[in-house]
Amino acid sequence: MIVELGHYALILALCLAVLQSTVPLWGAARGNLAWMTLGRSTAVAQFVLIAAAFAALIHAYVTSDFSVANVAENSNSAKPLLYKIAGVWGNHEGSMILWVFILALFGAAVALFGDNLPPSLRARVLAVQGMIGTGFLLFILLTSDPFHRLVPAPLEGQGLNPVLQDPGLAFHPPFLYLGYVGFSISFCFAVAALIEGRVDAAWARWVRPWTLAAWCVLTIGIAMGSWWAYYTLGWGGWWFWDPVENASFMPWLAGTALLHSAIVVEKRDALKSWTILLAIVTFSLSLVGTFLVRSGVLTSVHAFAVDPARGSFILLLLLVAIGGSLTLYAARAPQLKGGGIFAPISREGALVLNNLLLCTGCATVFLGTLYPLFSEELGGPKLSVGFPFFDRTFVPLMAPVLIAVAAGPLLAWKRGDLAGALQRLWLALAGTVLVVLVAFYVTGGGPVLAVLGLGLAAWAGLGAVVEWCERIRLIRAPLGESWRRVRAMPRAAHGMTIAHIGLAVTVAGIAASAWQQERIEVVRPGGTLAIAGYVLHFDDVAKVEGGDFTADRADVTVTRGTATIAVLHPEKRFFPQQQATTSVTAIRTNLLADLYLALGDSDGKGGWTLRAYWKPLVPWIWLGAVFMAGGGVVSLSDRRWRIGIAARARAPRGAQPAE
Amino acid sequence: MRQRLLYLLPAALFGVLALYFALALTSGRDPSLLPSALIDKPAPDFELAGLDGKDGLTLGALKGQVALVNFFASWCVPCRAEEPLLMRLAEQEHVPVYGIAYKDKPADAQHFLDQLGDPYRRVGLDESGRTGINFGVYGVPETYLIDKTGHIRYRVVGPLTAETVDNELLPRLKRLGAS
Repeated sequence: MIVELGHYALILALCLAVLQSTVPLWGAARGNLAWMTLGRSTAVAQFVLIAAAFAALIHAYVTSDFSVANVAENSNSAKPLLYKIAGVWGNHEGSMILWVFILALFGAAVALFGDNLPPSLRARVLAVQGMIGTGFLLFILLTSDPFHRLVPAPLEGQGLNPVLQDPGLAFHPPFLYLGYVGFSISFCFAVAALIEGRVDAAWARWVRPWTLAAWCVLTIGIAMGSWWAYYTLGWGGWWFWDPVENASFMPWLAGTALLHSAIVVEKRDALKSWTILLAIVTFSLSLVGTFLVRSGVLTSVHAFAVDPARGSFILLLLLVAIGGSLTLYAARAPQLKGGGIFAPISREGALVLNNLLLCTGCATVFLGTLYPLFSEELGGPKLSVGFPFFDRTFVPLMAPVLIAVAAGPLLAWKRGDLAGALQRLWLALAGTVLVVLVAFYVTGGGPVLAVLGLGLAAWAGLGAVVEWCERIRLIRAPLGESWRRVRAMPRAAHGMTIAHIGLAVTVAGIAASAWQQERIEVVRPGGTLAIAGYVLHFDDVAKVEGGDFTADRADVTVTRGTATIAVLHPEKRFFPQQQATTSVTAIRTNLLADLYLALGDSDGKGGWTLRAYWKPLVPWIWLGAVFMAGGGVVSLSDRRWRIGIAARARAPRGAQPAE
Repeated sequence: MRQRLLYLLPAALFGVLALYFALALTSGRDPSLLPSALIDKPAPDFELAGLDGKDGLTLGALKGQVALVNFFASWCVPCRAEEPLLMRLAEQEHVPVYGIAYKDKPADAQHFLDQLGDPYRRVGLDESGRTGINFGVYGVPETYLIDKTGHIRYRVVGPLTAETVDNELLPRLKRLGAS
């Protein structure tokens, strides 16, 4: 019954979405306020209905209702509760529900917190949101219905791959989707602005917080996915450039560019049509990404081929959403007049450079992901891509980004003084040289590119610190004066510094991976393995009983010199029900390096394969991502985004209700 | 006017992309026939451990025969779809088929073979995916035709279909003198 109610709620939500995508739009064109405000109620109601449908599906999972096909295929009654719930979005149909749920959540947020928006803009934003909702709800109801019943119902479900039963993965998709779908708001604002025919500083100020919020969540989502891969797959890799990852990375790159170009629109009234285009492209990449890699099938063509009906629908959806918005762009964007003029060497110029590089980077990833599919069509050089392609194209593109990121914030708007900026960066330069020399010395001249990467990271990070110190005039002014400046500085400026330091930290972690050490050996209990100055004593392997698995758990004592550092327990788990094995790695970190152990197979003669890695600076990769997202959050707390809220608080006093 | 055209560019680019997707979707042409940079080049060397208690797989073991090397994984749905075709190749056509379990856990791979049948003479475990990277594997499944001298002669990306097997693989196998 609850399941049917969920289905019914989805259909109702679809009806509301259709209403929302038409009436407010009409109202905005006619200047009819009542029609315009209809969008707010429908957005909130739509959210409630989709939340109900989502809850109904979760209920079916939690109660293990195997008469629902989706539950029977993706869950089983022995799973822990957390994974029963996570199983809801661990499959195509369920993840689509999560997708529209988040879409509706953002729609309701705009409806509820958008008091400071002009009514016509808000109506148009919500209408565009309604159109996206309509498309997706139709897609779910027509081709991917999660509420389909099975007759007769099976006694037990088929379960979820144990590898996927991990807290990191349980929360990874919701974060990614929050990011992807969050960009839909920027998209809606862009399309609404095109319809409206007006883009100004105020528009940018409304769009930026939404973009920033989506970007923060996406950053965390990508970092979580990468971290999950690192600690569960058991061989220490953390990024594979596979299509699934690229699909999330492309919107991130475009979103990062959008974030920066929106600053120019806000401060200088320039780059308008470019920013609009970026907003459209960012969400389009989210859409393409969501679809190219549906449900465990790697390449896009396979995904489309799985179910032609689904594939055609997706294509239609992409055509309407992306094609429609880009056509509108072609028609309306030329009328958007840019305001501010600026010299190439200026803050705007630096942000344009940032945009060009990020977009080129994004395009390379896009090509790398799709080229193998295009190569035949284009008749160009036949190649298949993988790590080598991305290492040679994407990585060099990011070097100038890192060089520019230190200098950019020191340039003035309109016309900057590069020589002056570089002069003020002498301390960062000195620090960079020091880091390069030390790295060169310590690693014995190790891979030049890795040393250079570390140097770039030092430059970007120190540059951000120097810029911050310059702003508060540290040392140049008395401490009290500096402190006053720290407090007077807008939060967004602090946020930028934190995020840029985060970028540097991540890059340092990536560069240092060149110096990782690995030992893969068969050891017997009592044997030892030496790595990076540590000695691993392989004491014993014991059988351990877990809830729905049995495990071989090793005791490995780690010593350095005479001191015992830690006792680690890498595990191999066997899930009898799914006949599957997962490895639980043991990681000892001191934030400067990870010691990473994974237990391999037994050779049947008392020996075990032990994989040991020493990975310098690897935790910094994710630490940096946390900094980046943290910087975003700090920036979001800036009071200038809240001006609208303050205005609302004052409003009731002005308009006393007649009593 | 020229500026207007510039604004049309994104829509035009997307149009091309959409057209391509539409063609790929409707043509029914097998999009999985993807050429490889390694065609007619020696196969990259590899030395892989085997499944529990069985021999592993090395490039050396393939020398002297015309063989198919199939990258598969238990977590890959299309791999299940092509399994019967591999069985047919191995049992009826007597083609030596070797498997490489790509980024897969040994027990998962074993279970996969127990469940669907094992067409492989030998299976190598490429848990790290490095052999896959060396081959330029784009995604699983992928199948490589390797001749007696260890040169890659043909590559099928994605699941095998009856047409690919009959029209592409079998004629080539015959030409190269499969025993």
